[in-house]
Amino acid sequence: MTAVVSEKAAPLVRLTDAGKNYGNIIALRGVNLEVSGGEVTCVLGDNGAGKSTLIKIIAGLHQHTTGSYEVEGTEVRFGSPREALDHGIATVYQDLAVVSLMPVWRNFFLGNEVRKGPRMDIPFMRRTAKKELLDMGIDLRDVDQPIGTLSGGERQCVAISRAVYFGAKVLILDEPTAALGVKQSGVVLRYIIQARERGLGVIFITHNPHHAYPVGDRFLLLKRGQSLGYYRKNEITRDELTALMAGGAELEELSHELEQAGAGSAAAARLLGEEVHDLGIDRIASGETS
Amino acid sequence: MSSTIETRPAKRHAADERYARRSLTSRLLTRPEIGALIGAIVIYVIFFAVAPPFRQLESLSSVLYVSSTFGIPAVAVALLMIGGEFDLSAGVAVTTSALFASMFSYQLTANMWVGIVVSLVVALAVGFINGYLVVKTGIPSFLVTLGTFFMIRGLNLAITKQVTSNVATNDVSTMDGFGSAQKVFASSFSIGGVSIRITLLWWILFVVVATWVLLRTHVGNWIFAVGGSAPSSRAVGVPVAKVKIGLFMAVGFLAWFTGMHILFAFNTVQSGVGIGNEFIYIVAAVVGGCLLTGGYGSVIGAAIGAFIFGMTNQGIVYAGWNPDWFYFFLGALLLGAILLNSFVRRRAEAMR
Repeated sequence: MTAVVSEKAAPLVRLTDAGKNYGNIIALRGVNLEVSGGEVTCVLGDNGAGKSTLIKIIAGLHQHTTGSYEVEGTEVRFGSPREALDHGIATVYQDLAVVSLMPVWRNFFLGNEVRKGPRMDIPFMRRTAKKELLDMGIDLRDVDQPIGTLSGGERQCVAISRAVYFGAKVLILDEPTAALGVKQSGVVLRYIIQARERGLGVIFITHNPHHAYPVGDRFLLLKRGQSLGYYRKNEITRDELTALMAGGAELEELSHELEQAGAGSAAAARLLGEEVHDLGIDRIASGETS
Repeated sequence: MSSTIETRPAKRHAADERYARRSLTSRLLTRPEIGALIGAIVIYVIFFAVAPPFRQLESLSSVLYVSSTFGIPAVAVALLMIGGEFDLSAGVAVTTSALFASMFSYQLTANMWVGIVVSLVVALAVGFINGYLVVKTGIPSFLVTLGTFFMIRGLNLAITKQVTSNVATNDVSTMDGFGSAQKVFASSFSIGGVSIRITLLWWILFVVVATWVLLRTHVGNWIFAVGGSAPSSRAVGVPVAKVKIGLFMAVGFLAWFTGMHILFAFNTVQSGVGIGNEFIYIVAAVVGGCLLTGGYGSVIGAAIGAFIFGMTNQGIVYAGWNPDWFYFFLGALLLGAILLNSFVRRRAEAMR
């Protein structure tokens, strides 16, 4: 599909033809991706599409086995998440990488504790955590409460504001809206836009095109470890994105499957068929699989 | 939870006001060691009432001495448990340290301090091996240290018999350096006519240092974190392997210290002692509010747990009860403490 031509300064993160094998299993193959400051790159794909493998490579948890990975124009190969963090690449994982039993402020500074001689500067850390969260719109009664007592959206925002506070240049968000309701998803999307406006590069992993399209500048679609397409916003419409995400041919297959199941399923099958048509999957997806 | 996600900058003052509303009892009840403290007071009062000899200061001193010999290794065992791991080899590692120091110096007719230092290296190495195996294999520490427990137990007996042709080591009280080492590890002094064993002071020192490390330093933050969620800690850059190995080595260090006390208090060491003590260290930590699954607990709690053990151990004698029942009481105590702890924790969570 249309490759995005690289421009002016080197992007913050660029993967070229990157791949990852686990033994003889190919988890990811031939993926191109880039994100610059003030941009949101969305990575879309179903379960098992290779999204997790991709972010683990960028975040330094795994190393790519083929292709190249550049940060600001320099080729890198991270041995640990620490190294990625030192390059300004911060990841907010699905499980948020928070320790539920620990107080909010301890989680906020975990791994980046502010020290005053041999001990931590606890008053400063408490104060800062409270202030940073307030800036994000989370008004906590008590930063000493265990982070496990916060709601999903609040925890998400703690994780995002923590990454921003520690000078992340690139923010990788792993399915931040997956477990959230409509309202809280909206809040998280707002922070993605806020981060973009502050000049951060954001890599937003999701399987929801309705969340990706409004905030994204580029879209990478993954399927079974391969790139299904890489688009700029002006190259694709929301409906086309949705159609590609829905898995085109599979949706049709599902509809046939339901038809065969008997009378009760026929109505459902008809609805699915209509949806396939509405989305224009017959138009786009038919010639898609390589 | 009264926190919300909307932007409400005007509520700043309200936040502080809500904070103040949390009562003292609520804050007290969220401390991990509160259950143990209540238990300790109850047990103290019971023995105080039923056992007249228990009321004397001299008895308290001997209760504190017994508590300290279990409380010192329990400090490290509690830290390790907060860090999410067990060490079942801690009890026999105490004996190993004592045997090693004693036999090394005796066989080479070296100064006792040479044996003491070499034995420290051995104890730290045992801790390192435990930690390394747990971290590298990912096998639960319960199983890894169960294996090393049996191995060390076997080594204790086999090597001692090989070297001394006996199940105990030779008396080292006439060796060079014995006097000074005894002063450090096993002396006593008296305050107002009550004799106090030096292990009590060491115990207090270790509890204070460990509590300070746990609550006031970044290392303490990491200990809580690796116990609470190792993958999350790794993801934010905490050196999980180093922290865990370090904790196993801390257990090795305090096992060594306890071993030195035993050696210089009794001059000779039985190769078979120490078996089963690892459970008492764990009981002290759990009674003191450490969560078996890691990520929560307190060293002060473990100290109170060891004190409860010491009180029961000695109190039964003072009360004139049949000491055969001791382990029954210990087990009932453990069960009671666990129930109390979980009750208190649930209440505390509800109160927040």
